[in-house]
Amino acid sequence: MNDAATRKLALSHLWVAFIAFILACFMGVYQVLERSGFISALDSPSVYFASVSTHGVLMAFVLTIFFIMGFGYTIAASSLKQPVWNMPLAWGGFWLALTGVIMAAIPLLAGKASVLYTFYPPIVAPAAFYIGATLLVVGSWVWCVIMLVMFSQWKQANPGQAVPLAMFATAMNVLLWLWTSAGVALEVLFQLIPLSLGWIDTVDAGLSRTLFAWTLHPIVYFWLIPAYTAFYVFVPKQAGSFVFSDEMARLAFIVLAVFSLPIGFHHLYMDPEQAKGWKLLHGIGTFMVALPTLVTGFAVIASLEIAGRLRGGKGLFGWIGSLPWTNSMVLAVILSLLMLIFGGFGGIVNASYAMNAMIHNTAWVPGHFHLIFAGTTVIMYFAIAYYLWPILVKKPLFSSSMALVQLWTWFIGMSILTTPWHILGLLGQPRRVSSVVYNNLLTLSWQPYELMMIVGGLVLLGSACLFIYNLAKTQLNPSSEAIDQHIEYAEPIHAAESVPEWLNDLKLWNKVIAVLMFISFGYPILQFFIMDTYGSSPWGF
Amino acid sequence: MQTESVKQKCEHFLRDLNTQLHEFYIQFRAIHIDPLERKWIAVSLLVVGLLVSIIVIDAFFHGINPPGKVETVDSDSLHLNKEFAEDNLGVQVDGKGAIIIRMVAGRYSFFPKHIDVPSETPLTFRWVSMDVLHGVHIPMTNMSTMIVPGYVAEITTTFPKPGEYPMLCNEYCGLGHNHMWSNISVIAKEDWTAPVKSLAKGGSNNE
Repeated sequence: MNDAATRKLALSHLWVAFIAFILACFMGVYQVLERSGFISALDSPSVYFASVSTHGVLMAFVLTIFFIMGFGYTIAASSLKQPVWNMPLAWGGFWLALTGVIMAAIPLLAGKASVLYTFYPPIVAPAAFYIGATLLVVGSWVWCVIMLVMFSQWKQANPGQAVPLAMFATAMNVLLWLWTSAGVALEVLFQLIPLSLGWIDTVDAGLSRTLFAWTLHPIVYFWLIPAYTAFYVFVPKQAGSFVFSDEMARLAFIVLAVFSLPIGFHHLYMDPEQAKGWKLLHGIGTFMVALPTLVTGFAVIASLEIAGRLRGGKGLFGWIGSLPWTNSMVLAVILSLLMLIFGGFGGIVNASYAMNAMIHNTAWVPGHFHLIFAGTTVIMYFAIAYYLWPILVKKPLFSSSMALVQLWTWFIGMSILTTPWHILGLLGQPRRVSSVVYNNLLTLSWQPYELMMIVGGLVLLGSACLFIYNLAKTQLNPSSEAIDQHIEYAEPIHAAESVPEWLNDLKLWNKVIAVLMFISFGYPILQFFIMDTYGSSPWGF
Repeated sequence: MQTESVKQKCEHFLRDLNTQLHEFYIQFRAIHIDPLERKWIAVSLLVVGLLVSIIVIDAFFHGINPPGKVETVDSDSLHLNKEFAEDNLGVQVDGKGAIIIRMVAGRYSFFPKHIDVPSETPLTFRWVSMDVLHGVHIPMTNMSTMIVPGYVAEITTTFPKPGEYPMLCNEYCGLGHNHMWSNISVIAKEDWTAPVKSLAKGGSNNE
């Protein structure tokens, strides 16, 4: 990573991601305060829903897409040892995506696009919001093209050799994202933009929800794959160990990408526009996608155990104590796995075809996805940033101990925030309410949990500020001498000199995905064109 | 002639696919997997298999399914619709003695505002929206469904315990979303009497 141009490109993407993140963290604290109702001066549904919509868009789309693009450029340039292909095009993608973000941010912040990041037609927002979101996604497609070109150029230059694991994972994520984003792209291009511009009079909300469900599940794996990539290629090296199995890691990424796509209907279990047989089919697929996560959990823990034993740890659990807990990457993976275990249990409840009725659209759901995304995934984004920053800015990290405090407080804050959130869901609190006005005894039992959530939110905001402060101080530090570090990838225990072509390429898996998507979404989408449906007129909010 | 060549192509394709799958299988078996990892994968498969079989058996043999009756309705003209006309809403007992409850969701309430239903009795709710997307949940019960404009959300459930329950909108439907709620009284089975108008099936005709 001596190439200054690549470093600048990666840093620019990562800064956009983290600025979006910190803004959204402030909004998060406002939201827990507002919805608790403890401070009556704050009560305002219009500000609340503008904030929730912006928080969702910034965290789910801006933080993730920009982080993943910056991470991908870094991985491609360093693991393939070649500069980023077509730098002007890469910057074009960056500016396109950033323009989209600004275009969408204006109506969002003005409170004109409070339609949440899930869009929810027939409520409509100004066209600028949808067009902005589209440009953001198109910008990410530019990144996809560059990643695929670099992937195939390297394969042509190194015939018969295994693509480095980190790049293979990134390429699988590109394939996943291209398929994932197609669903929402169809919804926005053929339904939402024409509706908001008045080109069409009505919209079929059932079709919109089906198309959005196409995107809504695999998108979380798009966010998660960088974290899993770090699990496999950074964590073992930082802990002083090895990748447990290079081939199984590839297989895990393949199964993640292939099975996360045809299963989106678990978001529609409670919906009237899809039949139960299709829901059951997608439900079974949802359980399949737990397999690569279970395999990944095993592989990471195995790598950590080897590290602990190499460092002198003895006994059944003794190796845990002898791990390098003060290494930010190792600490982050331990905390990430802890949150993954609890979040995973919650996920099994959500995935369960009929049991889901109990918690559908209750506070349980945001509790779950904050634990698994903002917890498991984002804590790895932090660890990746702490690892990459000294390499990208050529200066030592401002404070390693501050980084450790930040990771611990993020974990503690997330536990304090999401535990009451889950309980509120079981107590029947709906998600997305700006205040509790139900005149019912039940709602009294909600109050202590609201208070706990405020504490969690404040701890998280403090942690997020430490993160940004540390990165900024590292970069702006004028006195420190330039250091020249390189990314070190973990070696597998058994080097995979040559792997079968299907563990080294995307073509076969692209076809498999096409077949599975046709099976699971073919008729469910076609049905809207063969039955008598009634469109809905657009509404404001 | 034409059909023969199609047939040949098909055979050719299948033969190719077969060879490819065979090759894939051989390569797949050749992957190095640690014995411990092999055991872990077996355990994972067992756990996932167990959960899936519970769900599938419940769905096929006990009829435990989420709502999913794909039935369309014109949400923009509910006022012209016989079934969901205002005087036809609420609790009714049909000819076979089944209890059907027709409800309309609209910003920001559920109509009718209050209903009485018996406990321990199967109840079939038919929900429609007159405007945007809504959801309805009666906390502590299985009565949960999305109400998507353009579709009738039908769900059959039983309330085991009598009591006063809130009926909450659980999907963002606009700035007044949190004010969208109403009440339902679940009355002990033996104390409940069917509403009088339930005999006039179809309610008043507003054609």
